[in-house]
Amino acid sequence: MAIIGLDVGSRSIERVVLEESSGKWTWEKAPTTFDPLAQCRRLLAHVDGCSVVVTGYGRRLVAEQFPHLCARTVTEIQAYARGVHHLYPQARTVLDIGGQDTKVIALSAHGSVAKFEMNDRCAAGTGKFLEFMASSLQVPLEAFGHFALQADKQVEINSMCTVFAESEATSLMARGERPQNIAMALHRAVVRRTLAMLRRVGGASPLVFAGGVAHNPCVCRLLSESLGEAMIVAENPDVIGALGAALIGASG
Amino acid sequence: MTGRYEAMWERLNLDLDAHASLLEVLGKFYGDIYMSQQGRLRGMEYLDFVLSEIHGLRIQELQEARANGRKVIGTFCVFVPEEIVWAADAIQVGLCAGAEAGTEAAEKILPRNTCALIKSFVGFKLARLCPFIESCDMVVGETTCDGKKKAYEIFSDYAPVYVMEIPQMKCAADRALWKAEVLRFKQAVEDLTGRSITAERLREAVVLINQRRRALQRLNRLRAAHPVPISGRDVLLINQVSFYDDPKRFTQKIEELCDELEDKVRRGEGVADGAVRLMLSGCPMAIPNWKLPYIIESSGAVVVGEESCIGSRNTRDLVDESASNLDELLDAIVDRYMKIDCACFTPNAERLEHIVDMARELNVKGVIHYGLSFCQPYAMESFKVEKALQEAGFPMVAIETDYSMEDVEQLKTRVEAFVEMVR
Repeated sequence: MAIIGLDVGSRSIERVVLEESSGKWTWEKAPTTFDPLAQCRRLLAHVDGCSVVVTGYGRRLVAEQFPHLCARTVTEIQAYARGVHHLYPQARTVLDIGGQDTKVIALSAHGSVAKFEMNDRCAAGTGKFLEFMASSLQVPLEAFGHFALQADKQVEINSMCTVFAESEATSLMARGERPQNIAMALHRAVVRRTLAMLRRVGGASPLVFAGGVAHNPCVCRLLSESLGEAMIVAENPDVIGALGAALIGASG
Repeated sequence: MTGRYEAMWERLNLDLDAHASLLEVLGKFYGDIYMSQQGRLRGMEYLDFVLSEIHGLRIQELQEARANGRKVIGTFCVFVPEEIVWAADAIQVGLCAGAEAGTEAAEKILPRNTCALIKSFVGFKLARLCPFIESCDMVVGETTCDGKKKAYEIFSDYAPVYVMEIPQMKCAADRALWKAEVLRFKQAVEDLTGRSITAERLREAVVLINQRRRALQRLNRLRAAHPVPISGRDVLLINQVSFYDDPKRFTQKIEELCDELEDKVRRGEGVADGAVRLMLSGCPMAIPNWKLPYIIESSGAVVVGEESCIGSRNTRDLVDESASNLDELLDAIVDRYMKIDCACFTPNAERLEHIVDMARELNVKGVIHYGLSFCQPYAMESFKVEKALQEAGFPMVAIETDYSMEDVEQLKTRVEAFVEMVR
């Protein structure tokens, strides 16, 4: 039987189809858009006789709107822990920077969640912060990390508040600072915040970096400069939640 | 209840339109969170009734008492010694501080980054939404945190404020300070009421308030059963109502509810099959601050204890009733209140011990530490609490929030993830 894991995040929705008998899985990704239900409807079409496990921000909405699927819900914390443990059994810490949240999860040796931290409701340090800053510098989000890596001088942005960081960036621009240098300062601010959360959870190594922001080469470089060899960037960083959900479904 | 009490509210100078919408929101909120529960105790009907009359019948009682010459004293903190108030034949009530109503008005005279509780009590007054505060002859503030301390200075322009100094350590000098404060308060209450407090009257008041604490202690013992016979939300409501209902009537009704609960425990009937037992610890939750308990109890868990001022901190210790004269009785009161382990104290090791003991006795799977945003004492202490709990083998998650609803989804994710983790 096939098991479906669906991760309904703030920016993208991922679906994993896991063959229970063989353990083989395939995946697909779609943007969340302003109509996540329509996207889910598409991703869940032809799903029949499967068990579905949903995670992410929209988990309850999906469970409620598709009652015939009897979908089960799990939090992103559980889903990421399970997904990372499956792909990287040696991992002891998960860092997941998503569109809306940053999560740090300490894993026990068996892969279960031992402790976790989540950012509070403000967007500081999340993908949303980078998205907002990229748009204020008029750089496409996908290119923002590469853009920052072209920095040639260190400037500082100290505020972690999205609004204040933007006014700092504006003052730097007004002083004629190269936008690449400002972009780098913004990335460093995100990484500073992330490292503070990691220290609080006391995450043991190795650490697996997952979630959409793990696609950003500048965040990856800055993190690995601080964490060294102990950090592994997940190969498909945004599929892990959906995979974890499917694996949880498979283990009943 | 609107029609019946409108004239009274008008006399109390409430903003009638805004007050009507507040009651409407409160009623709906109550319906969603409380009335939707299955298999509640019959005894909860009394609480439903009291809450439906929160700004009605109880206020009418206070007005009638005032017409008969009794004084009403409003408080915000479990440190204010109730025994002294009742001994002078005055009435003590906890004041409104658990809703966002009036925030905009409060922000005119308070910084925006002030804790929700302080903003709320100032807002209730400025927006003319709280008939309790409008019924008060005296409002007692206290120095449990810098925010409150300074807010009372501003607040005294709007209400008859009296401030008690709460010591912040527990040495002999602090006890002496507290005794002096209790005596000063006794004098203030005597001046206000025109009645002198005798040993006999004080002893009666001590017994009256001890009885209420005993009833709530009994409730806490019964709810500790497996399976849990009553929801944490319901017990929180009982604790909240204990602050403003008539103590004698309340005690009797809670004893009745406990009788019913006892039968339920004997029959082995639970209220939440398979739910994870959790404990709440931290900041107080004034009516109608039910957000977090509701989220917890909608996420596969049940709250079996509250280490909070609106919870065990207010009911754990009794005043020694064996004292034989006025001075001994006052000493017994001083000693009892000095046992309060508010986060305003330094050092505050007792609180950590109490939390760990409670977690063990209640056999919980984990603890949720609740902090109001910008409440520094509890935010600071949560680090020590987590360490103490960890050493005792109990996982803890710290949640910081206020009275708004904008973070509900994020809170759900955290609470659900914690429940999944400890299950």
